[in-house]
Amino acid sequence: MRSCAGSSPTAAAGVTRGHRREQLSNRRGLAPVRSIAGPSFESIDSDDFLSPVTTLERDQVTKLVAQVSEKDGKVLHPDLLNPRLLEAQYAVRGELYLRAEELKKTKEIIYTNVGNPQALGAKPLTFVRQVIALCAAPFLLDDPNTPLLFPADAIERAKKIIASFGTGGVGGYTDSRGNPMIREEVADFIQARDGHRPSTEHIYLTDGASAGVRNVLQSIIRNEADAVLVPIPQYPLYSASIALYGGKLLPYELDEASGWGLDLDALTRTVAAARAEGYSVRALVFINPGNPTGQCLPGEEVARLVEWCAQQRVVLLSDEVYQELVYRKDRPFTSAYKALMESKYAQTAELISFHSVSKGTSGECGLRGGYHVFSNIHPDTVAQFYKLSSIGLCPNTIGQVVVSTLCNPPQPGDPSYELFAKERADELASLSRRAALVSGAFNSLPNMSVVPTEAAMYAFPQVHMPLGALAAAEAAGKKPDVFYCLAMLEEAGICTIPGSGFGQAAGSQHFRTTFLPREEVMEGFVQKFKAFHINFMEKFGPKKKQ
Amino acid sequence: MAAAASRGLSAAAGEAAQLRDVVAPKLSVATIKPRVVAAEYAVRGEIVRRAQLLEDELQAGKRKFPFEKVVWCNIGNPQILGQKPITYFRQVLCLCEYPQLLDHPQIGALFPADVIERARVFLSDIPGGVGAYSDSAGALVLRKQIAAAIERRDGYPASPDEIYLTDGASPAVHYMMEMLMRSGQDAFLVPIPQYPLYSATLTLYGGRLVPYELDEAAGWGLNVDNLQAQLAAAQQQGLCVRGLVVINPGNPTGQCLGADNQAEIVRFCEQHGLVLIADEVYQANIYAADRTFTSFKQMVRQLESSAMLVSLHSTSKGFVGECGRRGGYMEVVNFPPDVHEQILKLASINLCPNVSGQICCTLMMTPPEEGEPSYDLYVQERDAVLGSLARRAATLVEGLNQLEGVSCNAAEGALYAFPRITLPAKAVAAAEALGKPGDWLYCSELLEATGIVVVPGSGFGQAAGSLHFRTTFLPPEEDIEGVVRKLGVFHKAFLERYGGL
Repeated sequence: MRSCAGSSPTAAAGVTRGHRREQLSNRRGLAPVRSIAGPSFESIDSDDFLSPVTTLERDQVTKLVAQVSEKDGKVLHPDLLNPRLLEAQYAVRGELYLRAEELKKTKEIIYTNVGNPQALGAKPLTFVRQVIALCAAPFLLDDPNTPLLFPADAIERAKKIIASFGTGGVGGYTDSRGNPMIREEVADFIQARDGHRPSTEHIYLTDGASAGVRNVLQSIIRNEADAVLVPIPQYPLYSASIALYGGKLLPYELDEASGWGLDLDALTRTVAAARAEGYSVRALVFINPGNPTGQCLPGEEVARLVEWCAQQRVVLLSDEVYQELVYRKDRPFTSAYKALMESKYAQTAELISFHSVSKGTSGECGLRGGYHVFSNIHPDTVAQFYKLSSIGLCPNTIGQVVVSTLCNPPQPGDPSYELFAKERADELASLSRRAALVSGAFNSLPNMSVVPTEAAMYAFPQVHMPLGALAAAEAAGKKPDVFYCLAMLEEAGICTIPGSGFGQAAGSQHFRTTFLPREEVMEGFVQKFKAFHINFMEKFGPKKKQ
Repeated sequence: MAAAASRGLSAAAGEAAQLRDVVAPKLSVATIKPRVVAAEYAVRGEIVRRAQLLEDELQAGKRKFPFEKVVWCNIGNPQILGQKPITYFRQVLCLCEYPQLLDHPQIGALFPADVIERARVFLSDIPGGVGAYSDSAGALVLRKQIAAAIERRDGYPASPDEIYLTDGASPAVHYMMEMLMRSGQDAFLVPIPQYPLYSATLTLYGGRLVPYELDEAAGWGLNVDNLQAQLAAAQQQGLCVRGLVVINPGNPTGQCLGADNQAEIVRFCEQHGLVLIADEVYQANIYAADRTFTSFKQMVRQLESSAMLVSLHSTSKGFVGECGRRGGYMEVVNFPPDVHEQILKLASINLCPNVSGQICCTLMMTPPEEGEPSYDLYVQERDAVLGSLARRAATLVEGLNQLEGVSCNAAEGALYAFPRITLPAKAVAAAEALGKPGDWLYCSELLEATGIVVVPGSGFGQAAGSLHFRTTFLPPEEDIEGVVRKLGVFHKAFLERYGGL
């Protein structure tokens, strides 16, 4: 096998910075390969297939020529993969999960590691499922038996949605931004929620929120000097994607003592320091309601954050996928879009807001529906996002239909209204009770504390580890929080995620748990957890003052 | 994580930063990643956007057009053009999406017994049904069924651990390019003409496209000597070629490779340590009587080859045509286990492929069997679609070959014809004056005159000096004659307008 190590170093040296500039400026998409000598390269069309190489990569190119294409007899040796891929970490399915899968064979495991409600017995909203089932089986619409099985408004709704997809219904590719009628419904939903209406041109439907987040980060990050502010603790989608696209994650800590609040002065200092070091701080991720922290930011603080981003010339990426799950009546969800529209930056500050069908009372994780909204983003940049979406063709149509049913649910007077409202209210009330149950339990125990969950589906308690436990963790070669969570898994059969997967203030130890198991299971969770924790603390001795 | 802040900037990043603005500029095309801006995706490019605009205006009745409707021949999107979904697939999906129906006393009046049974098994085997995240590689029970189906297709075993369900086939290509392209020195061999997903993802992930031409004169044949020459030329330039894309049956070219040719390709990849991406999404679309589909997986096993293979399949094509469902899978063969872990990590960042699409993909691979209540209808629907596609392909290719200056290879497979067009010198000059290739001008005028949307060959790549366009033969049978006729009228007028050949 010929290895790339044998290549002439002049190949790299020949690709000077000036040469690259020329390539870049000459580019028209598919572009020439003439610079490569070869029998039939010349005969290829005038367009250049060579991808642009930014000036930044100059040094890497030199290194690369010395790189081999084979190691230990393997072309696909991990050392020879994209190093950014190897760096990317994704904690949701890490060591704990794998161990849990192993233990599952012999004992019962309570999974509280992923926000996956239906896997734990949550029921879907009936209306949503009726509509998607009819969209899947349009031949049922004309069947005389169908009205016996489906309410009239679900049938009407399915007809309207199928028609909006045009010939072919849900079986065709759609516009890469999603079905135009459904994007109108999203705009209506936002208007009803916020009193302001975005243009449908700025609403993009996606396969869950993750796809949108990845497209945006892929575009924003040009190289390792581009930084994105990410809260600590954070949802690992952000750290993993930033690593994958080669950017710099700039952490800012949420303040646990003030209920995971935002400290804008500290943020300002973080940004100033990063800029002094040469970073281009491009964007700030904020997750509201918080994951894994479960806080809901008061409206006036959202407004301050929006202003801060505007003043700092930082694009606000507002992850609002938990907006439906808010348990404190005195602290309703305020969208960044509403705060923006009511600020003096309404026409200028750049904002991208994300939502999903996975995380409301319906919890339709598997159907992969979501959307994002661009505010004050340059129109040509919006067009680039359109193109990027088109490389994946389109978001799945069933996920789009779910977005439709949730943004435009049955209204009072509709046959499905009462059941829909009841299913939603019952689930919300039950989640609220479960949130109180776990928060109460954690705060009743020694050596731990939790900011009571106000929203979302998570609690993120802090564990005050005794010195003995820290020593034992070190001896086992584990981070203290991983050590604690593994012990919890082995002894109580509870699968959680260590705080280090999300990031935590130096020296502190946390774990994230959902409270998604059904209420009766959660009671058992609390009992098992308490027994484990007390036993753990007794075993590892006197409490360490934090 | 917090420690990362105190670590500060590495020296390299600090130096790099001096080259660029420090205060973040407003988000604009000039300030987003150049690779994103550079990526092109012709199937949904400028002409398609123009067509969308015309359709909107047409429907709004804003102005008069010389045509009654826009005919979308730009993309293999069969159901939009009236192809009916396979009833059995939709019935099972319907029940999986609304499981309460299974408990309804009237259920037997609406669904055949095998559909009901199939849905029950899926719902009991997939934890949380379609509403829960599955394993990131796809639900294990579905991967097992697909592995068994591959084994039936090829006669060689398949492992569920080597199968990753995906949202359509596209994510698989994204994963591979993202994983293998370390820098601008890493490259992939891609056919010319090619499907633009490959050029777009290579640009996006910063790799280089090393083209190899298919031989139009030999029915778009793939010559391994040509691969060899291109590989050597690329290596001479210091490029590190990591893999080879083969699209079989071909897109946009519609050819179907012979088994001997496939064997050569597998050996070539093995010899040079290349990852073979076998895009086999058209495996059910084969029309030439003397051609059968052989999967590259079968060939790798038959040759007992250690070649690294990624075989792609999708629910969007074939006679299934479930584009909107975004179902698909990749089978990843002869990869080291730790690289599988990296693929799984990439997949896990997106959580999981949509579960409804996963079920659809499994159904495609495991349709009703003889003796089951749904079997006859399934076979009838399948054969009707494939028979009609074969007739439409023949009608279209025959019609194209009658036009002056147009030649088109027979479409042995897939959903496309890729005719070569010779244009008058004046037309080429007119296009040049607009800064566009000649085929763009042709396709653009075709759209304005007839409402027929096709894609210029330059979007797929073509041999120097040659011009083509890609058209699907998906319009319904009753319309295809009309498409051929309108094309003929337009073509004649176009040649006349630009002074003839």
